Amino acid sequence: MIADILILACLVIGLFFNTLGIVGLLRFPDVYTRMHATTKMTTFGSMFTALSVIIYGAALFLSSGDGQYVTLSVHALIAAVSLAFTNAVGSHAIARGAHKAGIKPSPAIVDRLEEYTP
Amino acid sequence: MIPFLLTFILALLLYLLLTAGSGSMLLWSPSELVAGIALSLLAAAVARNFLCRSGSFRMANPLRLLLIPLYLLGPFLLEVTKANLDVAYRVITGNIRPGIIRVQSGLKTDLGIFMLANSITLTPGTITVDIDEKSHDLYVHNINIPDGWEGRSGVEDRELFSIANLPAWIRRIAE
Repeated sequence: MIADILILACLVIGLFFNTLGIVGLLRFPDVYTRMHATTKMTTFGSMFTALSVIIYGAALFLSSGDGQYVTLSVHALIAAVSLAFTNAVGSHAIARGAHKAGIKPSPAIVDRLEEYTP
Repeated sequence: MIPFLLTFILALLLYLLLTAGSGSMLLWSPSELVAGIALSLLAAAVARNFLCRSGSFRMANPLRLLLIPLYLLGPFLLEVTKANLDVAYRVITGNIRPGIIRVQSGLKTDLGIFMLANSITLTPGTITVDIDEKSHDLYVHNINIPDGWEGRSGVEDRELFSIANLPAWIRRIAE
């Protein structure tokens, strides 16, 4: 009963942030600001949906004692951790590649990387 | 020898994590345990020179490893949650001042820079775009630059985070 409420709450929070990420993709002006919305907010949202899977597995394991639900929970946890890591590295690679390819942030208040010469 | 043992333990722990719940010996079945040990020995024999490439075993200290989940679930999660709500507000209102600023970190090791850059990237509203290899300064794209920062040549790393002092945590873990 409590587990059901927690699962629903996690799903609602996760879908809310995922939806806002898509809205940000449509609203923001250039590649860097769009990346803020799509990569970060969808990671946060997907972590909440993964958390609801973890709670689901844990609740079923406690009520039935079947080991396969532990596997379900642990795999969802590993998926959430790998999502966080690959997302950080991937979005850094996209941003660096975009700047190297000559796509300038516009609009931009200041661009310190422009002045940098290695 | 030490790199071999460390790689073996890490591979075995990962295998046990992935197969948890397969049987009756605690959580694992005997065949999974035997297969895990055999495969971990093989993985350690092949990959022992890659994991400990820097030649320093600082991160084998269990206290430092214990600090990583504490850091991720404590100050880091708080900071990410607060930044997510901030970016959610900016998505709805469209009120942004984007730009790339230079952040001085003062971290010396590769792992420390890696952790700081990924923490900055995972916090919404900031993306690490590039790294100055010599001075270890970071170039960070910020979705909302506070007033007055556009004239400064460099910003201290802890000024990016408003609740917790994440760079101090990273220094404690990685250096």
